[in-house]
Amino acid sequence: MAILINRNTRVMTQGITGKTGQFHTRMCRDYADGKNRFVAGVNPKKAGEDFEGIPVYATVREAKQATGATVSVIYVPPPFAAAAIDEAVDAELDLVVCITEGIPVRDMLRTCHKMRGRKTWLIGPNCPGIITPDEIKIGIMPGHIHKKGRIGVVSRSGTLTYEAVAQLMEQGLGQSTCIGIGGDPVNGLKHLDVMKLFNDDDETDAVLMVGEIGGSDEEDCARWVRDNMKKPVVGFIAGVTAPPGRRMGHAGAVISGGKGTAQEKLAVMEACGIKTTHNPAEMGKLLKSVLR
Amino acid sequence: MKIHEYQAKKILREFGIATPEGIACFSVEEAMDAARKLGGGVWVVKAQIHAGGRGKGGGVKVAKSLDEVKQFAGKILGMTLVTHQTGPQGQVVRGLLIEQGADIRKEFYAGLVVDRSSRRVCLMASSEGGMDIEEVAARTPEKIHKVFIDPVTGLGAHDADDITRKIGIPESAAAEARALLQGLYQAFDSTDASLVEINPLILNADDHVVALDAKMNFDDNALFRHPEIAALRDLDEEDPAEIEASKYDLSYISLDGNIGCLVNGAGLAMATMDIIKLYGGNPANFLDVGGGATAEKVTEAFKLMLRNPKLQAILVNIFGGIMRCDVIAEGVVAAAREVKLNVPLVVRLEGTNADLGKRILAESGLTIIPAGNMADAAEKAVRAAGSASEVTARSTTASTMVPAPVEGGV
Repeated sequence: MAILINRNTRVMTQGITGKTGQFHTRMCRDYADGKNRFVAGVNPKKAGEDFEGIPVYATVREAKQATGATVSVIYVPPPFAAAAIDEAVDAELDLVVCITEGIPVRDMLRTCHKMRGRKTWLIGPNCPGIITPDEIKIGIMPGHIHKKGRIGVVSRSGTLTYEAVAQLMEQGLGQSTCIGIGGDPVNGLKHLDVMKLFNDDDETDAVLMVGEIGGSDEEDCARWVRDNMKKPVVGFIAGVTAPPGRRMGHAGAVISGGKGTAQEKLAVMEACGIKTTHNPAEMGKLLKSVLR
Repeated sequence: MKIHEYQAKKILREFGIATPEGIACFSVEEAMDAARKLGGGVWVVKAQIHAGGRGKGGGVKVAKSLDEVKQFAGKILGMTLVTHQTGPQGQVVRGLLIEQGADIRKEFYAGLVVDRSSRRVCLMASSEGGMDIEEVAARTPEKIHKVFIDPVTGLGAHDADDITRKIGIPESAAAEARALLQGLYQAFDSTDASLVEINPLILNADDHVVALDAKMNFDDNALFRHPEIAALRDLDEEDPAEIEASKYDLSYISLDGNIGCLVNGAGLAMATMDIIKLYGGNPANFLDVGGGATAEKVTEAFKLMLRNPKLQAILVNIFGGIMRCDVIAEGVVAAAREVKLNVPLVVRLEGTNADLGKRILAESGLTIIPAGNMADAAEKAVRAAGSASEVTARSTTASTMVPAPVEGGV
């Protein structure tokens, strides 16, 4: 049944009336059964109106009550995005997918603090979103490159995830669910959280994890995989050539204090039984090689 | 964003942090005036550059007379300071901080950073002040103490006192140390800092705790709500190519290789650098054109890469998602026409409208080396850069047009 979302998920869009929100809501609506899945929008100033037939509500709570949506996707501009997450958490949604790039770290520290002990899961921010191929797409990834299958993908990147998916497709491998957890230093679900979900998902046979420099999320995940994972996992880490102290595009992609290097991450992953490659063109082949 | 020590100290003083009396100067005369104004018999002449490790590089001197102030100021101003953080090319010193000398009884370390795993701000403190804290962390991790700060309640008195005790600040200075640490956290939080580092934090002969040095970095994403901090940006400390890139909302970082990379997405851009290295080449830059690249943006990206005299080849690696490959292809064609493209160009297009993009390139009449996938692209770029450098070495001028190998069909 894939993870987090499936063919029955009902989604609301926060920031549906902005340019980005409009564009991607259309793309998501046109993917698979999207027109029955994207059921509400939120904008306090445009409540009562509709976006191409999708009703707009003043608050997340109202949208949830009126439509039964339990998942939200956020395209709200950075200064207001953390407050949008807070609102979705307060309305007790199951999952929030925050696409917005450029949210101040301090805002995310406060939002993550408020989320402690709450039921809502957060994907992102600064992420491409989540897709269960041929069922539902929530986010900005190109739907057409995916196909339903049994490989789970978790990644911190956007286009590098698409690259990974394309390589799986070249090997004839479809995906159960693909999640981009985002490139920010303070975010919601981490590699480890997603790995646990894939481990428990009976529609996932193996997992491709794509990481990048900065932090220690990949190492934490690798250690958990060593002790608990029942399925094969392979990985790639971007940034072997990245110079220390320089932020490589993503706010979270920086080697600081000698920590967070790609070499270190790859070494820990290998030591934990995760097959890795240094060649980003061989992620698909590597995954294929470990299938039983 | 980074700022200078004298700017950081000014901000910290607003939060009640004690620092030595000091004056920022930009000429030897100003330095002399500053020393006279500060009075006393000992001054510290400190180079103001954004990189750390200034002392080891000769950028911090203790002067015991006005003559020495003059001598050191003259020597340091305008010098190219090379430290472990500047890279081998170093950084030209344009400013000085003249401070009263301090009577140091003991040195400590205090720093604040965002801890990703706990999703909290972490206060780190150590008894090992005045040293490279990364080395302390590697060799004697037990000498670094940490507090993870609750964003709602802030740094509590109990936690502050506890860490003060652990690093060995005497009881007589404990109250002052607590106030200083709490002030540091307040400064960090209310300015949207990403790093605050005091190394060393000292206990002086009169039992006062003083921030002898100060470093502050800020979260670029939050500068919109701190115009007074954004105004402290010093463009002289930044790479001109990176400044130019930021005008066009391009994420660009200069590297020391010879293969320029133009990629959409940060992760894929890093992976492209990695695969170039893996195939025996060297990337000249990191360049993420972002998700909303237009033909103009692509043209600007080409201009940026071509400014680099070392450039021997360009690799364009695009995975079209929302961004369409035909738009990129049009940008590449427009750029190649507008700027004088004098190095081989390898292009790999995948994803949305890739076929249309490839056709635009093929029909453009430009000498473009098409690549089928990332590995193919890297291999071709490395080969092209290799043969280009041979040709350049043989030719009399470096700007000679280099004929790129032509391959049939896209």
